[in-house]
Amino acid sequence: MDLLVTLLVIVAKVIGLTFLIVLPLVPISVYFERRFSAIIQDRVGPNRVGVPLTLLGAKKDFSFFGLIQPMADGVKLFLKEDFTPVHVRKAFYWLAPALTVVPSLVTVCVVPFGGDITVNGQIHKLVIADLDVGPLFIFAISSLAVYGITLAGWSSNSKFPFIGGVRSTAQMISYEISLGLSVVPALLYYGDLNLSNIVEQQSQNGWLLLPLWGNSAPWNNGGDYTAWLFWIPAMIAFVIFTTSVFAETNRMPFDLPECETELVGGYHTEYSSMKFAMFFMGEYAAMVIGSAMVVTLFLGGWSLGPWFDNWAKGVEIGPIGIGGLINMAVFMGKVVAFILFFILVRWTVPRFRYDQLMRLGWVIFFEAALINVFLAALVIAAPQFGAAITVGGLIVLAIVTGALVWALKVSEKKTVPVSI
Amino acid sequence: MAVVKVTRPKLSAGEKIYLGAVVKGFFITMKHAIDSLRGKSRGAKDLESSGLGVTMQYPEQKWDEHLPEHYRGAPALVTDEQGRERCVSCQLCEFICPPKAIKITPSEIPSDDPWAKVEKRPLEFDIDMIRCIYCGMCEEVCPEQAIFLRKDYAITGLKRADMVHDKEKLYEIGGVRVGLVNKWNELK
Repeated sequence: MDLLVTLLVIVAKVIGLTFLIVLPLVPISVYFERRFSAIIQDRVGPNRVGVPLTLLGAKKDFSFFGLIQPMADGVKLFLKEDFTPVHVRKAFYWLAPALTVVPSLVTVCVVPFGGDITVNGQIHKLVIADLDVGPLFIFAISSLAVYGITLAGWSSNSKFPFIGGVRSTAQMISYEISLGLSVVPALLYYGDLNLSNIVEQQSQNGWLLLPLWGNSAPWNNGGDYTAWLFWIPAMIAFVIFTTSVFAETNRMPFDLPECETELVGGYHTEYSSMKFAMFFMGEYAAMVIGSAMVVTLFLGGWSLGPWFDNWAKGVEIGPIGIGGLINMAVFMGKVVAFILFFILVRWTVPRFRYDQLMRLGWVIFFEAALINVFLAALVIAAPQFGAAITVGGLIVLAIVTGALVWALKVSEKKTVPVSI
Repeated sequence: MAVVKVTRPKLSAGEKIYLGAVVKGFFITMKHAIDSLRGKSRGAKDLESSGLGVTMQYPEQKWDEHLPEHYRGAPALVTDEQGRERCVSCQLCEFICPPKAIKITPSEIPSDDPWAKVEKRPLEFDIDMIRCIYCGMCEEVCPEQAIFLRKDYAITGLKRADMVHDKEKLYEIGGVRVGLVNKWNELK
């Protein structure tokens, strides 16, 4: 009986968080993308599709700011002809879209969406699987999405998709490293790999990028400035991590696998209707998960300061403590804000050239993330060691950094003007 | 041949880091977003914006009164002050029409007509608006100033047959045009 209840809770969590939260967020973020892009470009965007009340005899349509548009998009994609070109490798061609969607949806399971919900004195965490290796699990699974893209490019048996697939592979490899390395400082700081605990810690001690309350503020812990000093490596890690997430999700400055100016449509050129929509969905789901990751690790997850969190913990309706749901609303707000940031970047930064992207990934971010790990370790360890060792460490770090920069400069190819 | 050696511009350290430019771009983008939310986008006033960005919301608001003088919309036939058809079915426009959109069936004017002494008039005058490219050559070539490109642009139909303007429709669009034959003068 107990097992049954546990299973039911798990199923409810899976359905609730995946199918009621993340999947609906995909069309909604598409809508946001279209509306926000339009506003940036001095346009209006989709604001028409609504309930056609005039068909029923009413005076005016109910356009609802065009919020029905995502639904119309979905219906359109379902009803379109599902066209399979004859020259493709059928099995892989059909498999590829699923391979891009599934990893993004699997990674949902370790993201803590909110605090606890108490039912009959029993505490349920708002996370599907409370793994102790959260970030590692996300990296491991989300890197699989590239298989779908590569497979799509290869099985399309056509040149542009193939180039798109190959590009995607190379891009993914060059960014996974800095993605992984850039969170190491954060994980050093927390000393924990469980995302729920990380958020709990941030809720009590100040967010990683906002160390203003709890133990991280110097006036609460006897003048220890570690957390404030740690802000520097944390910020570097945040920049590298966010950029890598952009590359990971194939978003705008790094959308080289599908840039339409060079590759027609990239890896999904040969795909139509729902199969295309699956790629689209995978990409946006990855964007949602990426935002959730950034928010969880750096921006406090579902917390909104200890005062708010403690108040939310006490909110109850009858026997059910719904504090977790309030936290979830905060989390969703943060995620949506970050998605808006994603869109803003799309219209701010021009697309990278391919060699620039490779250089950024392999040469700059990789080294920067590596140095950042040392810097973070130094900042964390400084109070235990004396001033002498800390200064020595700083000098070593400066020498290593200088050496790296020098090596970078020397290895740069000198361009010799060619006379014709 | 002289060889021009083009070298890449030397970037300063600030430019190499690239983040400054990104931040600058970010502010430009945000400025556009905020301006368009406030309905203060550049050019919003001239373009009769609906309040968001510079876009005019088409079916409700129309561009009609802003169309420039020289706007070339649908070609149409005009009558003169006396309500007389100006077209004499010389078929020059039919010949000149690059996409062959115009089809004229010439005919005589019956003798009991008050304008019987005037040359001729077309029996049928069809312009296929699917083919028309709005080049205005019919207007240019017409010796009688009978065909003009007017300001109609919303030409729609549910069938191909709907898109063929017959003589009646053409006169309806064209209306009366007052003035002498002034082909080579400025339009009145």
